[in-house]
Amino acid sequence: MLVTLTNPSIEAVNLSKRYGAFVAVSGLNLKLEGSKCIGFLGPNGAGKTTTLKMFTDLIRPSSGQALINGVNVHTEKKKALASVGSLIETPEIYPSLTPREALMMIAEIRGVPRAERGKRIEEVVSDVRMGEWMDKRVGKFSKGMKQRICIASALLSDPTILLLDEPSNGLDPRGMSEVRDIVKSLKSKERLIFMSSHLLSEVSEVCDEVAMIDHGKLIVYDTIPNLSAKVSGGENIVEVGLQRPIDTGLVTKRIASIIGVVTADLKDDKTIRIKFSGGQDVQERLLSDLVRMNIGVISYKPASSELEDAYLKLITTTV
Amino acid sequence: MNELEDLSTNKVPGSLDQVGITLKYTFIDYFRSRRFFILLIITLLISALLTILVGYYRPGDFLLSDLSFYSSWWGGAVSFVIVLSGIFFGGDAISGEFQNKTGYFGVPNPIRRSSIYVGKWLAAFIASTMILIIFTVITVGNGMYYFGLNVPYQFGLSVFFAWFYLAAVLGFTFFFSSLFKSSSISILVTAILFLFAFTLIETLVSDLVQIEPWFIITYGGGIVGNILAYNPLTGAAAYPVHMSVTTEHLARRTITITSFAATVPEGLVIIAVYFLVTSVLGLILFERKEFT
Repeated sequence: MLVTLTNPSIEAVNLSKRYGAFVAVSGLNLKLEGSKCIGFLGPNGAGKTTTLKMFTDLIRPSSGQALINGVNVHTEKKKALASVGSLIETPEIYPSLTPREALMMIAEIRGVPRAERGKRIEEVVSDVRMGEWMDKRVGKFSKGMKQRICIASALLSDPTILLLDEPSNGLDPRGMSEVRDIVKSLKSKERLIFMSSHLLSEVSEVCDEVAMIDHGKLIVYDTIPNLSAKVSGGENIVEVGLQRPIDTGLVTKRIASIIGVVTADLKDDKTIRIKFSGGQDVQERLLSDLVRMNIGVISYKPASSELEDAYLKLITTTV
Repeated sequence: MNELEDLSTNKVPGSLDQVGITLKYTFIDYFRSRRFFILLIITLLISALLTILVGYYRPGDFLLSDLSFYSSWWGGAVSFVIVLSGIFFGGDAISGEFQNKTGYFGVPNPIRRSSIYVGKWLAAFIASTMILIIFTVITVGNGMYYFGLNVPYQFGLSVFFAWFYLAAVLGFTFFFSSLFKSSSISILVTAILFLFAFTLIETLVSDLVQIEPWFIITYGGGIVGNILAYNPLTGAAAYPVHMSVTTEHLARRTITITSFAATVPEGLVIIAVYFLVTSVLGLILFERKEFT
């Protein structure tokens, strides 16, 4: 089946999943379209993985539809998933197979042309830095190594849509960084990526938009800047790192009086936390004013993460 | 809506091709697995034990005629080999997809679950058939040593029935494997049923209630051995009567024992029905089961 691509899309239409009295996902309506990366956020048990499983035929919706490129995953699975690469939870691979064999199986199932299979496998295995393990049996691999092979499997058929459920799970810091690089490189190839994660820094770094879900219900779906602006009321926070300790009076009087600054506090004796209103012009002027004060500015960056602030305001429960 | 250029040259194969792909890689996994070698060793041990015992003790039952040889050797052990194959290759074939999470690797691809189920079933059937062939070859080798090239045609039929029975046993074990999410439970239940429960029920139903146990798979599978039955005096073929009643006088009590033997058509129908029903039910269960 040759899939004619239009703008890649993922759509949940009144999507619900119930387990007896427990509602895992409740009437989810969400349409993701175009080439971008969307972070899927929410506390444990919010319904993120359940939603992704309904988009990959791992579970069936109790009601509603999971559509990929307008095709219902549960009535036309083969057509719907033809252009989707996915990584849900931490899959296991048949232990007696080597990565080359496991990936060849997926390449054959997905219909990667015979002449391209070997080359594609080499490429994706190289992307996840598992080249030297290509012909060793998977049964002896660590969780992180298996996760890398599963990421390679998701990328194998060069899909236009990627559904990733905590792709960094089980990876070491270098592995996490490599996954972020892979996702960024996919964005440049005009792919639609829907990625759940608990790592807000990761989502901030690679995603353009976020969808937040709690108790099975969609709380918000927007771009990260819009979301931050909505939640912060147009105010931003920067943290200024200093080479030497600073006097509290200087912070509360001089810095707090700079135009645009709302509040200025000491986080510790070498870090000032400044909340200001305004855009990048104000931010630029603030930096130059601080430098002119000759207080030993050595760093100047957004405080924590705007996304984290938004998350903490919108999601009030942890389970 | 912006139209994007279709860069994909992938053409998802048909469901039948995907059955073949699943079969190929599942079989590779089975063939390299410890379970294949354990089953092979068990089969070789059974064969070695029989070879030594028959060679050393020369039991009359074995050496009365070519038919009695194949009946005693093959008829006595092949059901055990078949049931073990079913347990080893079918016991966790589907439940393992859930418990071991291998299903998360294969299912979220553009492939029907039925293709995965059938592919895995065929892989298990081929792997089990290999074990059965090895046991058959050793049996024939020993038979030729004692009786030359005189291999009775009943043995050929028995091999065919055994192969057919293997298909039903695997259908049954796959059904149980679909029913449970835990591999150990599905293996345990299958083992208990085939190694003890079915035989016990068969005996109780026949002896106590005098009802023909046509609803039990092992009763139908009895034709594998029945076709090799022989007259203990002459060694000639003597298929067991369908129903026999034996009266025994013990002290002041008279005990009546009723036993049944499935006829060949009856046995074939029982095996076929079990194969079809359990395969369809197993498939439906796998289609509906969720990876929670």
